Amino acid sequence: MKIARFMMAAAVASISTTVATNASAESMTLCWAAWDPANALVELSKDFEEKSGIDMEFEFVPWPNFADRMLNELNSGGKLCDLMIGDSQWIGGAAENGQYVKLNDFFEANGISMDDFLPATVTGYAEWPKGTPNYWALPAYADVVGWTYRKDWFSRPELQAEFKQKYGYDLDVPKDLEQLKDIAEFFQGREIDGKTVYGAAIYTERGSEGITMGVTNVLYNYGFEYGNPENPYAELDGWVNSEGAVKGLEFYKELYDCCTPPGSSDWYMSETIDAYKSGQVALQMNFAFIWPGVNADPNVGGDRTGYFANPPGPAGHFAQLGGQGISVVANSDMKDAALEYIKWFAQPEIQQRWTDMGGASAMRSVVEAPDFPDKQPFNKAFLESMAIVKDFWAEPAYASLLQAMQDRVHTYVVAGQGTAKEALDDLVIDWSEIFEDEGKL
Amino acid sequence: MPDKTMDRIAKATPPQVATRIRGLSDRTIAWIFVAPTIFLLLAINIFPLIWTIRLSFTNFRVNRVNADVKWIGLRNYERILTDPDIWHTMQVTAHFLFWTLFLQVLIGFALAYLINKKFRGNDLWTTLIVLPMMLSPAVVGNFWKFLYQPQIGLFNYVVGFFSGTDPSSFSMIGSIDLAPWAIVIVDTWMWTPFVTLICLAGLRSIPDYIYEAAEIDRASKWRQFWTITVPMVLPFLMLAVLFRGIENFKMFDLVVQLTGGGPGSATELTSINLKREAFEKWRTGYASAYAVILFVTIFGLASIYVKALNRVKER
Repeated sequence: MKIARFMMAAAVASISTTVATNASAESMTLCWAAWDPANALVELSKDFEEKSGIDMEFEFVPWPNFADRMLNELNSGGKLCDLMIGDSQWIGGAAENGQYVKLNDFFEANGISMDDFLPATVTGYAEWPKGTPNYWALPAYADVVGWTYRKDWFSRPELQAEFKQKYGYDLDVPKDLEQLKDIAEFFQGREIDGKTVYGAAIYTERGSEGITMGVTNVLYNYGFEYGNPENPYAELDGWVNSEGAVKGLEFYKELYDCCTPPGSSDWYMSETIDAYKSGQVALQMNFAFIWPGVNADPNVGGDRTGYFANPPGPAGHFAQLGGQGISVVANSDMKDAALEYIKWFAQPEIQQRWTDMGGASAMRSVVEAPDFPDKQPFNKAFLESMAIVKDFWAEPAYASLLQAMQDRVHTYVVAGQGTAKEALDDLVIDWSEIFEDEGKL
Repeated sequence: MPDKTMDRIAKATPPQVATRIRGLSDRTIAWIFVAPTIFLLLAINIFPLIWTIRLSFTNFRVNRVNADVKWIGLRNYERILTDPDIWHTMQVTAHFLFWTLFLQVLIGFALAYLINKKFRGNDLWTTLIVLPMMLSPAVVGNFWKFLYQPQIGLFNYVVGFFSGTDPSSFSMIGSIDLAPWAIVIVDTWMWTPFVTLICLAGLRSIPDYIYEAAEIDRASKWRQFWTITVPMVLPFLMLAVLFRGIENFKMFDLVVQLTGGGPGSATELTSINLKREAFEKWRTGYASAYAVILFVTIFGLASIYVKALNRVKER
């Protein structure tokens, strides 16, 4: 009996202690992808914890499962996340389904102006509907698809001479996509330092969003449009599958067939990084977030690597937007604290520190500072890239639109089934059905 | 029917138990014991099933809780059954199912037959053979991805070594012709030991005196195999096929890790397709109808198969 009483007393004491601890320190959770910038944000957030007295907890999920995990959380009305750094494509669904808090009043009350951020990031990460001043996020991490190349290989006199003889122009940063393919072709299967190397590592992943994030960099520049800008949902035919778009898709397949390492049929961010860092490829397509890591890499970093924006094509000069905005989750019990965090994060000095620590601020005072382009070897390419961004649909039905494109493009580019025209015609049919289901037609 | 069951349980309960708890009848005591299980079964299995069937007649999307849910009758079923992409995934699943079962039965039985013979190191070989099925399917998918890598993969190297082709000239998971076989090979590698073990149990259950009687009757080894071994192992083999068939019909993790359903949709099994509809596109009503169709298909096929299994056992 005595033992039972003792156990009960111990349990009561333990519960009281826990309650007391919880009461003394508020805590909230920020959800994001598990990658290098997230670690930088943990460090940066220590300043917020110190100033606010609020403990920050973090829930980071690896990229391949990020959307699945976090959208499940939002859709199920979970309370795990108080702050969400969600992908740009989620904004439509999260806004229309009431999963994010609208931030207009908060921005106005706290003097946070969207004019202080790069316009493309405001449109891409914060606005819904697009092009209207309705803000659901603060631009948090600016990102874009760009290219890295082996500067040390490009500068070898014997390779330069051979390239010039073969193609009639200098081996240098490609001026357009055709030149990029020439360069990739030139390096494909070549022996360099006793090792067989290949042309380019490009996105081909099937399961999540990989091949779409890759192919759009070519499609945009060959004339692909998501629809008639005047009537985007109803008029897809002739825009999605325009003559230029078909040529763009053919180009991507040619690039995949001629100039990528064997077995690169399901590659996304991590596989392309691995291929580049291990010295397998001369060119690498990837989001700019990897550039600091490449620059610091002992094998390919420093002067051995150069960076450039996605080259133009015959119909324009664009690059696929990446990156995310930070939002307050509507279901959170800690909304005030979450807003406090956004207020803290939006300060210019914090944004500057964010960039210095390995983040990528979208604040103009940071990226338009006179010394910014020369601070890092990749900053110029980053700025050029951010000026030409274009994004995928951010509709509430973005996942259906994305999966349809993944399937059609992968079937043509990697599986080699059908023609580019058929793939894009089928995509028009898929997307039209989705918009019909959505009640947009 | 439940009353009869309760009566049976009550009768089976020792009298002391009933008399120990005064004021409660044997039937009540039986209900008290059975009720939690029935409640859990209803809550975890039956209710979700009924709810899924209900959702399958609506346009409900779990990510649009504020939107009106409309009753759309059989429209989801009609769309699924007339969608060529869904039929394509059914074909992919059928290919996967047929070849994995065929190979696993063939190799599994052969291995069991060999292991059943007494030889030195028999136990060690048995342990080694069953190792693959102890691994996680996701892990297996991942490491086979490396084995299939054209530049460094062991599989390509071995094929190249024996066939004289360049290992980097073909990609098992990147080729539309090879990828469906790539997933068959991995599943066969992983799950053949399961069939082997069940067959081994069947082989070891055959009494020696039957073979001895056959020897006395001068039956050849071949005849003994076909008239004693195969018929007596058949119920075990059919059980293994049932288990593997149900498992492979809903195969997901291994294939997702290995190919992600690609290239294109060459390895997109129904379970992968269903997951995309339900948890990527969030078409809950549509995915519910899809799940109901798959459930009915598996349930129907399994029922027919179990009847056949019982018939074999009765022989």
